[in-house]
Amino acid sequence: MKVIDQIREYFEGNSPVFFANLKTHVWLSSFSMILAMLVCIPLGIWISRRLKIANYIINAINIFRVIPSLAVLALAMPLLGVGFAPAAAALTLLAGPPILINTYIAFREINPAVKEAAYGMGMTPMQTIWKVELPLALPVMLAGIRTASVEIIASATLAVLIGGGGLGSYIINGVSMMSKSYLLIGAVPVAMLAILSEIAFSLLQRKTNYSH
Amino acid sequence: MSYLFDHPDKVMPFFWEHVRLTFTSLLIALCIALPLGFVIAKYRKLQAPVTSVLGIIYTIPSMALYAALIPYTGLGKTTAMIGLVAYAQMILVRNVVAAIQGIDPMMIEAAKGMGMSKRQIVFRIEVPLAVPVVLAGIRVATVSIISIGTVAAWIGAGGLGRLIYQGLNHDHTGKIVAGTVTIALLAIGADLLFRIVEKIFSPRTA
Repeated sequence: MKVIDQIREYFEGNSPVFFANLKTHVWLSSFSMILAMLVCIPLGIWISRRLKIANYIINAINIFRVIPSLAVLALAMPLLGVGFAPAAAALTLLAGPPILINTYIAFREINPAVKEAAYGMGMTPMQTIWKVELPLALPVMLAGIRTASVEIIASATLAVLIGGGGLGSYIINGVSMMSKSYLLIGAVPVAMLAILSEIAFSLLQRKTNYSH
Repeated sequence: MSYLFDHPDKVMPFFWEHVRLTFTSLLIALCIALPLGFVIAKYRKLQAPVTSVLGIIYTIPSMALYAALIPYTGLGKTTAMIGLVAYAQMILVRNVVAAIQGIDPMMIEAAKGMGMSKRQIVFRIEVPLAVPVVLAGIRVATVSIISIGTVAAWIGAGGLGRLIYQGLNHDHTGKIVAGTVTIALLAIGADLLFRIVEKIFSPRTA
């Protein structure tokens, strides 16, 4: 039987299973991304105002970032057990560094004269962050979020190894069973998700860029 | 941790296998990336298509790329290395191009003005200025190869990833910890080593 027929046959009987896996994959990735953003964006803004602390934190993060994603995911199992939560925790840790580093750089690079002007107009520090700095920092921040999202969609494929579910299950089973159709049912949607998220964030990045 | 200290004889073969896999893939990747980067830096028309193709490959998650390759190239080291070389291309080519195009034309002009020959300009101006940027690319590529190589253990690449997968499959915490700690040390060590090499080769500006 041809591969395309096998895939069609799979979808005839099991399309709810596929969509459940797709949903888990997307939910796992977006949950981790949102959590990482909630922690790392404020942290990035905070350290951009404390350059001495920032140096230590950025250096530590650059070392952490080098550690392979599989190692971080695998280590979650003995520490946190199996399932969605350990997978989400590991993915959040992996999503953090690019978001934090880009937020920090984006806010650090803002021309001090712009901030000065905002204060001179009577804006409070909070207003300055929301109305002046954030819009200026957004393109660089989005570049970090884009990198993180592509990495997380890829790493979420490995989440199945610690019981996190997702589209990785097709690839893992496909290798075990040497089933071409299973491999493709997993690989094509994962690749599409990664490319789509790359394109979506690139467009958003271009839209928010004031300098053009 | 105890597994790592009690059975270093079982961990070290995986470690060396990983080092060999990384080194071989890096060498092959460089053999392709250096000429490719050089060509597209000179023929700018090729730059956009080549970098976008490499960018798309780079965006595809490693597991998905391997899943797509397995039906054609099977399980094992060859498939693993095809993937590793493909991912490294994007990083290496980008840095080779940046290294060549980043050289300030004024420098070349100044060298000419000082009466340097073409040969002297290449070896005493262009190469020393380009090497640190290329080395930075090699550093990032090495770390990526180490990382993706861990994943590639699933398709039979061997190395420390295999130890981690064994640990995950058999719920053997000792193996998981030994694998993750050793791979982390390998990645951090490689990063540090290349940072030092980069520093040695950076031109002193005073």
